[in-house]
Amino acid sequence: MDDPGDNTRLVGRSPARERLHRATELVIETVIRVCGVSAVIFVFGIFYFVFREAAPLLFGGLDLGQLLTSSAWYPDSSNPRYGAFALIAGTLSVTLLAMLIAVPLGLGAAVFVSEFCTGRTKEILKIVIELLAAIPSVVWGFIGLVILNPVIIDLFDTPVGLNILNGAILLALMSVPIMVSIGEDALKAVPDAYREAAEAMGATRWQVTWRVLLPAARNGLLAAVLLGVGRAVGETMAVLMATGHSVNVPDSPLDSVRTITATIAAELGETAQGSNHYRVLFVLGSLLFLITFLVNLTADLVIRGVKKR
Amino acid sequence: MVVKHAKIAFRDLRVRYGDKTALEDVSLEVAPNEILGIIGPAGSGKTSLLRVLNRTLEQTAGAKVTGDVRIDGEDVYRMRDVSRLRRRIGMVAPLPVGLPMSIYDNVAFAPRMAGVTDRKRLEVIVERCLRQAALWDEVEQRLGDLGTKLSGGQQQRLTIARALSHSPEILCLDEFSIAIDPVTTMRIEEVLKELRKHMTILLVTNLVQQARRLADRTAFLLLGELVEVGPTEEVFGRTPRDRRTFEYVHGHFG
Repeated sequence: MDDPGDNTRLVGRSPARERLHRATELVIETVIRVCGVSAVIFVFGIFYFVFREAAPLLFGGLDLGQLLTSSAWYPDSSNPRYGAFALIAGTLSVTLLAMLIAVPLGLGAAVFVSEFCTGRTKEILKIVIELLAAIPSVVWGFIGLVILNPVIIDLFDTPVGLNILNGAILLALMSVPIMVSIGEDALKAVPDAYREAAEAMGATRWQVTWRVLLPAARNGLLAAVLLGVGRAVGETMAVLMATGHSVNVPDSPLDSVRTITATIAAELGETAQGSNHYRVLFVLGSLLFLITFLVNLTADLVIRGVKKR
Repeated sequence: MVVKHAKIAFRDLRVRYGDKTALEDVSLEVAPNEILGIIGPAGSGKTSLLRVLNRTLEQTAGAKVTGDVRIDGEDVYRMRDVSRLRRRIGMVAPLPVGLPMSIYDNVAFAPRMAGVTDRKRLEVIVERCLRQAALWDEVEQRLGDLGTKLSGGQQQRLTIARALSHSPEILCLDEFSIAIDPVTTMRIEEVLKELRKHMTILLVTNLVQQARRLADRTAFLLLGELVEVGPTEEVFGRTPRDRRTFEYVHGHFG
């Protein structure tokens, strides 16, 4: 194919086309840059608007000590008290129990799908798990109310089945698909050469998974867990419907609780804009923000610590 | 040439990937403690031959192996415990793969998998293997560092140390010198001459001179066909049995 015509076309473009080419390049670069920066802008924007509504109360007479330690949540009373400790405890307990269920289940499923499963089974499993992610949270809440509730009443012989356990099971089922798909990606990203090298040394498949793949995919797996935690902390509708919605510091997984998110969702519509009750809900929103921020920060530090070693 | 009491025997070995043939009717025997050089251009089935032996080939989608492969007369494809088989074989891949763990753990990996837990014993094994792979002096002070942080040549020697860590009966080297400088290559070649006292070595190499330096016998593979196998001097001499061998080893190929 020694056609000289082809060669010259490759070497030089006409000046006009060259200019056009450069302009397109610039446009594309700018667009991509805007996309990247916009994520930052959105995060700060959201925080700004939430905090703006909360600020007047936060700096104008809210007793922070009471907010964080008291569980007297009487925002509507003539003598209003804003003790959110029970709500915080509710959120944390549901999330914690959900993660205790979801992390082993989710990571186990990720390992199974990625390493022990082939062909058709793998494809079918992936589709079904992704389908699980597509179920709206109201439907999950409904399942909690109608199906899990009587099951828990029967199984544990409690008067009410709308409690931490119920909400945690729902949250776990909701975060598992995220963990599986991100965890599977993380495992898939581990070079096959690692698997082959370890197997060539006589490691069994389980040894390869446990000793090589999990450590190698550590960061990605941690990210998977965190996204699951994020989902669980932020989830509103299912926990609103399934945890019993009673302000209460729990001392058993069978206690009913109320979460921060559920409180905001249930009460925000009934408050007068600008009232103290309205503002304290935004304070709770900021608190929620802070919790997720701390979770992410911790994870980041953990990952860095791991890398340094 | 028929080898008495063959350590390894391939008979009528045929490997297919889908409808592509990688090895066709290869019959080959390797004597105990011999170094068998395996040469041939890219795509001639050298690596497939090694992967048949430790049964990692069957994990490749679409790969199909027929024929008979024996180690010490025992049919490799009838063995129940694949991990046990693989522990008898040390495998060094062309591109170094430091596992994402410390240098020490890299070498201690296989012994641990095999159930060695005694620290003292592990330390002895790690030092012995790193010395054998001519790496000990360079990493002695930093055994705790990540294996993946070593240079390419050092990582390759790490994989050699690893391959020796389970005291294999058979050592397979697949173009081990591809990422190593000539000086280190020569050092490892000296090591191989020493190691052959304890094991049988299959040396796949693109450097025909390396086979000439080290191998007792040399096999020439071409497009999945075993063109010829014989004493190295004969294969590299003026009159190998097949004209294609002469052309390949003397660089008149193509």
